Amino acid sequence: MSEKPEKLIDKKGFRLDGRKPDELRPIKIEVGILSNADGSAYIEQGKNKILAAAFGPKEMHPKHLSLPDRMVLRCRYHMAPFSVQERKSPAPSRREVELSKVIRESLEPSVFVEYYPRTGVDIFIEVLQADGGTRCASITAASLALADAGIPMRDLVVACAAGKVENTVVLDLMDTEDKVGSADVPLAFMPNLNAVTLLQMDGILTPEEFEKAVNLAMEGCKKIYTLQKEALKTKYIAIQQEEEVEE
Amino acid sequence: MPTFFEKKQVVTPGELLAEGDYLAGENTYAEDNKIYASRIGLADCDNKKVNVVALRAFYFPKVGDMVIGTVLEVGFNGWTVDIKAPYTALLRASDVLSRPYKPQNDELSQVLNGGDLIVAKIASYDRAHDPQLTVGEPGLGKITRGQIMKVTPTKIPRVIGRKGSMISMIKQEAGCQIILGINGVILVTGKTPEDEELAMMAIQKIEEESHTSGLTDRITQFLKEEKAKREENKK
Amino acid sequence: MSSLITRVRLKQIEQLIEKGKRLDERGLGDYREIKIEQGVIEKAEGSARVLLGKTEVLVGVKVETGTPFPDTPNDGVLTVNAELVPLASPSFEPGPPDENSIELARIVDRGIRESKAIDTEKLVIEAGKKVFVVFVDIYVLNHDGNLIDASALAAVAALRNTKMPNYEVKDGEVKIKQGYTSLPMKDQPITVTLGKINGKLIVDPWLEEEQVMDARISMAINDKGNICAIQKGGMGYFTPQQILEASKIVQEKVAELRKKMDW
Repeated sequence: MSEKPEKLIDKKGFRLDGRKPDELRPIKIEVGILSNADGSAYIEQGKNKILAAAFGPKEMHPKHLSLPDRMVLRCRYHMAPFSVQERKSPAPSRREVELSKVIRESLEPSVFVEYYPRTGVDIFIEVLQADGGTRCASITAASLALADAGIPMRDLVVACAAGKVENTVVLDLMDTEDKVGSADVPLAFMPNLNAVTLLQMDGILTPEEFEKAVNLAMEGCKKIYTLQKEALKTKYIAIQQEEEVEE
Repeated sequence: MPTFFEKKQVVTPGELLAEGDYLAGENTYAEDNKIYASRIGLADCDNKKVNVVALRAFYFPKVGDMVIGTVLEVGFNGWTVDIKAPYTALLRASDVLSRPYKPQNDELSQVLNGGDLIVAKIASYDRAHDPQLTVGEPGLGKITRGQIMKVTPTKIPRVIGRKGSMISMIKQEAGCQIILGINGVILVTGKTPEDEELAMMAIQKIEEESHTSGLTDRITQFLKEEKAKREENKK
Repeated sequence: MSSLITRVRLKQIEQLIEKGKRLDERGLGDYREIKIEQGVIEKAEGSARVLLGKTEVLVGVKVETGTPFPDTPNDGVLTVNAELVPLASPSFEPGPPDENSIELARIVDRGIRESKAIDTEKLVIEAGKKVFVVFVDIYVLNHDGNLIDASALAAVAALRNTKMPNYEVKDGEVKIKQGYTSLPMKDQPITVTLGKINGKLIVDPWLEEEQVMDARISMAINDKGNICAIQKGGMGYFTPQQILEASKIVQEKVAELRKKMDW
């Protein structure tokens, strides 16, 4: 059992992992890493390691789950048994069921579902290692998997959480901060359309603190969005540059 | 009234491409007088129409397209075919037999069975129904020789090249027959498996570098070098 | 859920909302009539039945003894479950809880847990070994929209109605005595749900509005006016401005409801 830390923010204002209140954890993103999936992405955010894959659009089985006028999204968020400190049973927990739903709902507004009636897209998210903020990192990766699958989208969806830790509103909570802190606000965002597609909160916040947290989360989202775009483009830009050098 | 990209720039879904008096072309959409990309690809502007040539996309059936597919199942009066699209395609028995189908007399699995490859054309397709195929034209039907590979459908024009220059060059250098399905499935038939693999490697390289310039020369160079290597290894 | 409402009806609802009205003569910011009855199931330690318009939710609370969670040895246990019983709606199928009933239970749970509505420290019988376990079971009896608010109201009303058995610890054993004590409560959270239709925010969406709306947002507010839980749902989105607007509307409605129910 891990012990509760004395202080989450030290006298100089630094957090347990040395970050400032408005600092993101280090992020690494790769797109197109699974050969069997139509689209895929891998993200590392702090100690989070998450894999997302998209299969489709394809005809849905069973057929009665399909809709006559649009594409149906299905999403499964799942944590590996070894992803957390205490082994987690592989059976889907209630939390995983809820997260599968809210993650699906965060991605739906971004996809042009009307273009492909009677089809479905399956999105699979596997959390290989978890350290707080997995639903947000999952959304960031899943959106890239959809883009990698060539599914037309209005915008990428990017997600980040803000929260409150010892009277300070902070960005991108890690696991300890999430467990011991006083509030957690995960938020998913389509930056070009100014659309919030996921918003949850647990803890206690005054309406003013809530507004601060929402704004801070959106700023975090915008920074991660830049990394998302880079990750998508990187394969092509690298080859373009290679050719330019040779010519 | 500006555009916000350079010719052939790689853009991502949601990127703002233009504002003002423009039309939304391929892989873009319009909202509030602005044009955005809807897929990752290369942006271009052609006479006020903003297009994105997608780098990642899947095939969407269109009537008249020639496609290469795999037979999935033998059904009651025809076959279901995988054409690597969001929808499974159907091939009616009456189309293949060129006469009405008699269930008592005709054993469909003898004509085409699961796992068989066919070259076909999309005869009809609408939003409410799966695409229907036909093999009733010369050059269409069951494939008996060769290897198939898959590329992103939007890259097929690149594989063809300007006035067919790229595909003719590959056919010549590798000594193969090549059929390009609009759905991104390609059939390569050569005298030996090595020849077929040579052609397939070249096509694979086009898939990866389709967004660059000077590709035809580079692929020609690549093929010549590969052939030279093989000559060396034989000695 | 897209085919249960006719296109004509859909247009009707949208047009009315444009004018700031709704089918049942309500304003965009009005709740339907709310009726709360407590103590309806004598065999439960606590219970309440809420009618929100025609939506009907019954909550039963059972209190039993059990072991605390290892990381909270000095707290009793709260567990919330929801059943969308098939008789409540043609869209509910029999079977294990689906994502909707799990989400509903977890939203209500968060409101109660984060507001510390139950004084869980007072539920300890023997620290680290024995505590009271409070089971809150939400039973949706009729679905006419806004199950979240109705369930949250019924859950808190049921908890306020809950009586725990008295006990004494003799020779290391827990013995139940005569008499009961009220469940120790510290807060009465209230949850308000808004729907979004054509860019307009409406309070307490009813069934047909839920089929038209593109997104919903629910917020649980504690006695002090602080936010303790939020859940956005639905396939649509909110702009940041709409979220802050929603927050203001929620505060107003919570104040109204608190006054009305004397919570």
